[in-house]
Amino acid sequence: METKNVMIVGVGGQGSLLASKLLGALLTNEGYDVKVSEVHGMSQRGGSVVTYVRFGDKVYSPVIAQGEADYIVSFEKIEAARYAQNLKQGGKIIVNSQMIDPMPVITGAAVYPADVLDELRAKGVFVDEIDALSLAQQAGNAKSVNIVLMGRLAKYFDIDRDKWIEAIKATVKPQFVDVNLKAFELGYSV
Amino acid sequence: MKKLMLGNEAIARGLYEAGVNVVSSYPGTPSTEITEFAAKYDEIYCEWAPNEKVATEVAFGASLRGARSACAMKHVGLNVAADPLFTLSYTGVNGGLVIFVADDPAMHSSQNEQDSRHYAIAAKVPMLEPADSAEAKDFVKAAFALSEEYDTPVIIRMCTRIAHSQGAVELCEREERAIPAYEKNPQKYIMAPANAVRRHPFVEERTKKLAALGEVSPLNRVEMGGTEKGIICSGTCYQYVKEVFGDTVSVLKLGMVHPLPTKLIQDFASKVEQVYVIEELDGIIEQHLQSIGVPCIGKELFTPIGEYNQTSIRAAFGLPQPPFVSTDTPVPVRPPVMCAGCPHRGLFYTLAKHKITCLGDIGCYTLGSAAPLFALDSTLCMGASVSGLHGFNKAGGTDSAQKTVCVIGDSTFMHSGMTGLVNIAYNDSHSTVIILDNSITGMTGHQQNPTTGKTIKGDPALAVDLEALCHAIGIERVRVVDPYDLKACEEAVLEELAVDAPSVIISRRPCMLLKYVKAKPPVKVNEDKCVGCKMCMKLGCPAISMKNKKAHVDFTQCVGCDVCTQLCKVGAIEKGER
Repeated sequence: METKNVMIVGVGGQGSLLASKLLGALLTNEGYDVKVSEVHGMSQRGGSVVTYVRFGDKVYSPVIAQGEADYIVSFEKIEAARYAQNLKQGGKIIVNSQMIDPMPVITGAAVYPADVLDELRAKGVFVDEIDALSLAQQAGNAKSVNIVLMGRLAKYFDIDRDKWIEAIKATVKPQFVDVNLKAFELGYSV
Repeated sequence: MKKLMLGNEAIARGLYEAGVNVVSSYPGTPSTEITEFAAKYDEIYCEWAPNEKVATEVAFGASLRGARSACAMKHVGLNVAADPLFTLSYTGVNGGLVIFVADDPAMHSSQNEQDSRHYAIAAKVPMLEPADSAEAKDFVKAAFALSEEYDTPVIIRMCTRIAHSQGAVELCEREERAIPAYEKNPQKYIMAPANAVRRHPFVEERTKKLAALGEVSPLNRVEMGGTEKGIICSGTCYQYVKEVFGDTVSVLKLGMVHPLPTKLIQDFASKVEQVYVIEELDGIIEQHLQSIGVPCIGKELFTPIGEYNQTSIRAAFGLPQPPFVSTDTPVPVRPPVMCAGCPHRGLFYTLAKHKITCLGDIGCYTLGSAAPLFALDSTLCMGASVSGLHGFNKAGGTDSAQKTVCVIGDSTFMHSGMTGLVNIAYNDSHSTVIILDNSITGMTGHQQNPTTGKTIKGDPALAVDLEALCHAIGIERVRVVDPYDLKACEEAVLEELAVDAPSVIISRRPCMLLKYVKAKPPVKVNEDKCVGCKMCMKLGCPAISMKNKKAHVDFTQCVGCDVCTQLCKVGAIEKGER
C-alpha cells in the first residue's frame, strides 16, 4: 500500500499530541508500518504546532512535505490555511471552526483572516468544518476537542469504529474514557 | 513484541536492555525524554543533575566504579559537558559510558544550530547516528559494546526528527550485568601530565582501530540500486533519500559518523558514476571525501542551514514536486507565547513599563522578548544573564546599574547562574538579579530540579533554598515577590535598582500548567464599563483580544490570574465567580 499521510495541526496546548498518539496506536494495531513525528519544547507554548502521522507498508521519512497530505486535521481555523500547501490534490481538510487569535492579531499588527477557508473551498479544496469546541463541551469537557476531531476523521477512514473505540480506551486516562467516547461519537455522527 | 516508540523512548529502552545502571542528565529539547523514559525503569538509577557537566561527571564516576552509565543532553549541553568529555576520551572507561546528544537543525527549540559531530572529531571519540526508533535502540547496545571493547566513551547523535518521531521497536529482555569489585588504576584515571602523555598515543591508536572497524561494521551498510547515483548519508537524511528515490539509487548509509571509513567509501564511489553526500548542517562527511580523494557533490547543492525533507531533496535534484494549493490571503504567524496566567508576565510588565534594560536567559521567559512586552535585551546561553549583567554594569557604571536587571529561571540559576552571582558578590557589583522561580524546569516540559523538592521519579528530595543560597554567596539584599501582584513587583524592582548594593529579587509563583496549581474561574469583561483603552492588551496575554472595540477574554484560556484586573482603570474586567 502506498503511504498515507495525516497532518494534525493546531495551537500548542490544544491536545494534538494525544490525537496523534491515538492515531499511531490505532494504525499500529491495524498492522501498518507507522511513523508519528512531533515537535516538543518551545512550540508547545501557544505557538503553531504540527504533527505528522504516516502509515503504509514501509514508511521512510518522518515528515509530510508540500502536496503530500491525504488529510489535514486542524484544531483551529487559520491553522488549516497555514498548512494547506501540504495537502495532496484531492486531499481533505477537517477543521474546527474555533478561532484563536495569534499574538500579531492580539497586538493589532495583523488581521485574523476569518474567511480564509472560503478561499480554499473556491479553489476546489474539500473542507469539512465543524464546531468541535461546542461538541466537546456537549460531551462534557472542552478539552476533548481533539477526540471530537478524531471522530470526524474516523468517518473518512476505512477502519471499524470498534477499533477506534478500543484505541481510545487504551490511550486516554481511565477517568476520561467516558467523556472521550462521547466526544468521538459526536464528532463522528454530527 | 513490537511497540510504537519515540526515538528518545527507544533510547531509554536500549539503556534498560543494555543493563545500564546509572543515568544522569540535564533536560534540553529534543533530548529530555531519554532520561524521563529511562526513569520509568526501576532497574536504572536516574537523576536530573544541575547541568550537563555535572551529569557527565556523574556518568564518569559510575563508569569508574564499573557500572554502565549514560547521560543525555541537547547539542548546546555538550558545550557545557565538553570539559569532562575531552579528558574522558583519554581515561577511557571501566563500565561502558554513552553520551547522547540531540541536535536541533531548524532550531525548533534552540538558540543555535551547531553540529555535534565536530565534538566527536575534536574529542576523538566514536559517534553513532541512528535513523529511526528501531535503530536508536539497537545502536545503544552497539555503543556500550564498543565503549567497553575499545575503552572509550561513545556519543550517540540524535536530531529532532529522530528523537521526536515514533516508530516500531522490537522489545527484548534486559541483560543484567554484575558490577565488579573496584580496582584502583591511577595511571589510567589520574590525568596528570605524566599519565596523560601515555594515554594520548592510546587515543590516537584507538581512533585508527575504530576507523578499521567502520570499514566492516554492520553499522555502515551499502544498499546498491543502480550505478548512476551513489548517495552517502546518515540519520534522518537516509529516510528522506529513500522516500524520494526508493531503491533506484545506491546508498551508503553510515551508522558510525566518526571515525569515517575510507576504503568502504572509495569502493562505493568506484561503483557509481556520481557520488552525492547528503548531510544536514555542516559538510563533515564531504570534507572527509575530499581528504581521501573521492570527488562528490555536497554542500554546493545542499544548504548547511536548517532541516531537509523530501521537498528539498527533490528540488536539489531537479525532480518534479507534487502539485499543491496555497491561499492568497496572508495567514498571520503564530509564534509561541507565554501562556495565559504565566507568572512571568507580571514581572515583565513591570520591566517594560519602566523601560528597564534586561539581560535574559534560556527558558520560557525568553518569550518575554516578544511583542507587546519587548522586555529583553539579550539571550545568549544558560546562565549568561547573570554574568552578562555584571559586565554590562561594569562597563556602564552606576547609571547602568540603576536601570538594568537580568532575569533567570530557577533551574537555569541552578545550572550556571549561581556562579555568575558569586562573581557579582565577589567583584563589587551593584547588579540586580531577578530569579523567576516558577518551581519547575518549564520550557522543556516540567522537569524537577534541585529547588523543587522532588527527584525525577517524583520522590521527596532536599530542596535547595534559593534565599539561603543567595545569602550564603554574600548577597545581603534578597527579597521575594509574587509576580501576580503588580504593585509589589514594581516596588521591589524600583527599590532594588536604586540601592548601591547587589540584590536578588525572587519572583516566585509556580507555573500555572503544573497539575497541582488550580486555575481560578476566568475573568469577565463588563462591556458596559469597558472603554476600549487597550491597557489590558499591554500584557500580551493570549486570552485577551479586542472584539468590536471592547476587550474580550477567551474563557478556554483564562485561568483567573487577575493581573489584567489590576491594570484596568475603569474596573471593567471583573473577577470570575468563585
